[in-house]
Amino acid sequence: MNALNKEDLSLILKLYEMMYKSRKYEEAVKKIWEDGYITGEMHMGTGEEAIIVSVVSQLIDGDYIAVDHRGTSAFLLRSIDPVQLLLEFMGHEKGICCGNGGHMHLFSKEHWAASSGIVGAEGPAACGFALALKYKKTKNIAVAFFGEGAMNQGMLMESLNLSSALNLPVLFICKDNNWAITTRSNEVTGGSLIDRAKSFKIESLEVDGLDLISMLNATHYAINKIRNESKPFFIQAHCIHREGHFLGDPLLRFQKDPINEFKNALGPLIKAMFAKKGTKIPSRIKNMIKTISLIIKSGSQLKKKSDPMNLILKDLRELTNEEDLFKKIEEKVDNEIDQIVKKVFEIYGGRK
Amino acid sequence: MKTLKFAEAIESAIKQAMEEDKNIIILGEDVHTLRVNLLTQFGKDRVISTPISEGGFLGMGVAAAMAGLRPIVEIMMIDFIAVAMDAILNHAAKIYFFSGGKWNVPIVIRASCGGGYGDGGQHEQSLWGWLAHIPGVSLVVPSRPINAGGLMYSALKQDHPVIYLEHKLLSHYWLDYLGLGGRKNIKIDVPAEGSEGSWPDKWTSIPLGKAEILKQGTDITLVGVGVDVHRALEAAKILQDKKINAEVIDLQSISPLDIKTIKDSVEKTKSILVIDEDYKMFGLSGEIAALLLEHGLSFKYGRVCTETTIPFNLEKELKTLPNINSIIEEALKLK
Repeated sequence: MNALNKEDLSLILKLYEMMYKSRKYEEAVKKIWEDGYITGEMHMGTGEEAIIVSVVSQLIDGDYIAVDHRGTSAFLLRSIDPVQLLLEFMGHEKGICCGNGGHMHLFSKEHWAASSGIVGAEGPAACGFALALKYKKTKNIAVAFFGEGAMNQGMLMESLNLSSALNLPVLFICKDNNWAITTRSNEVTGGSLIDRAKSFKIESLEVDGLDLISMLNATHYAINKIRNESKPFFIQAHCIHREGHFLGDPLLRFQKDPINEFKNALGPLIKAMFAKKGTKIPSRIKNMIKTISLIIKSGSQLKKKSDPMNLILKDLRELTNEEDLFKKIEEKVDNEIDQIVKKVFEIYGGRK
Repeated sequence: MKTLKFAEAIESAIKQAMEEDKNIIILGEDVHTLRVNLLTQFGKDRVISTPISEGGFLGMGVAAAMAGLRPIVEIMMIDFIAVAMDAILNHAAKIYFFSGGKWNVPIVIRASCGGGYGDGGQHEQSLWGWLAHIPGVSLVVPSRPINAGGLMYSALKQDHPVIYLEHKLLSHYWLDYLGLGGRKNIKIDVPAEGSEGSWPDKWTSIPLGKAEILKQGTDITLVGVGVDVHRALEAAKILQDKKINAEVIDLQSISPLDIKTIKDSVEKTKSILVIDEDYKMFGLSGEIAALLLEHGLSFKYGRVCTETTIPFNLEKELKTLPNINSIIEEALKLK
């Protein structure tokens, strides 16, 4: 982390408010999903707040964002109506996409914001937005948000090349938690991602994505560069996902309720272990243990010390000992989120 | 005969086939967790986890098949096949023909398909019409544990590419992953006879291109695959109360299509209703009508299909997909 000055305090407080709002909003979404008002999958971005806030806080009108299936935070902080956003997750006709899209397929033309549930699709989308911006001779940029798992998808690699070859004003934000659903990304990835981006002659930075200040410095530098030079920039931001791949993540579920989850899994596993044909027993044990160990590894995302919210509070406490400042922000946001949820259920028709 | 789940039947058939044939391997995203039992038994040389790069690993599977392996390549959801379409359309499907019939591609492409659980239009499509459109690939859609295992076992004995679609409402683990996430307060209309049922101690092949008549009838023919078969059976019960005796055919395989069984039925009933969760235009439903006309039959015809992008809103989604109301409404129009 870079040293902070007292004069940064008001900016950091403002960004803390954005992070806190994003966290609380997503926690409210989680509760609503758990209560059964949201169907299907729900991919949470809790743990990504420092990354999203650092980028979105520096965007101006006309800048496009191309977001993956984990887009709640970016959409919320891009000032899209929080009531309409939540209603969309609930499939309501008053949602921002009239209930047609749901949380993986969010679009707001007037906010220059698009998303996709297809891994890697953010790359070509950001390139296309950037191409149009460049053609129109604006100073605007396009941002692609995606996970490290998407980096192995052909269309994303192709878009790195396109952005470089055509000098497109694209900011590639790779949110790297080293998990592609239940796969450890480093085990299915050759070489380093940052070297990959650099090999396309794209200026690149590797950043601790849990740390707002580091992210802020990196994105400030990158965004200025993109606006002024019309060239792509790549940031690999290491982060965590506190809810795993999606709510009800199978690995985290094992972690939270091992006895019940193992009860169902054990029978077939024992059969596989002692089936007549197959590899040798020691190798069977090794392979089984390797998969089971993923459950333990997934739990590391729950650690308090890797929560960006705790890290930013630590930074703030170094700047000021007026705890009231944060408390006031938290109270204000808590109240705001309560009002949003209340309004959502007024429109939705009550909460059972 | 044992009573077990749909997905367990698939796994059991794969296990038996892998024990018999060392060249069968599994390639796909997350297979170390999704297929942990097979990984444990057969090892990581045969159950290989891939990055999220469908275009690459499906293409790799095609060439591995050309070089003597028999890969099952898993695409998590058939919607994602769009990213890897080239490997099927321009390669897997054409190499046998291009090589003058001298080079086979024995690959099985396994993917989940279908909707009914509120996951939105990029994750709930069926797409079998789009895929079966391509000459050179077979495509099967099981409806019950017994044909889920039998068709998989059969697919693994073919010398040519087979696309195997596993409906998410029938496969308990997919539905739990994507629809429930461990929640107990979500109600989804799962056809009980599809998701659990009897299957044999030892798998034998169900020939591709052979439909099965699940209910004999005289007044109208209802045809479909996957979940639609169960909707048809449910509709047949309601029609029975209205003195309409429906015949229900489970196509099992879309390509090749068992037009003979359909034709024999329609010759008897003089009317057919195709129930097709896939898109309406240029697909299975129209193809069946065309084939029957080519065979010189004269009959009443209707279809219940998905006509638009699937809406995220579950209520709207259930109205968009074929459902018991739309099936009964169309069936009555034909009488």
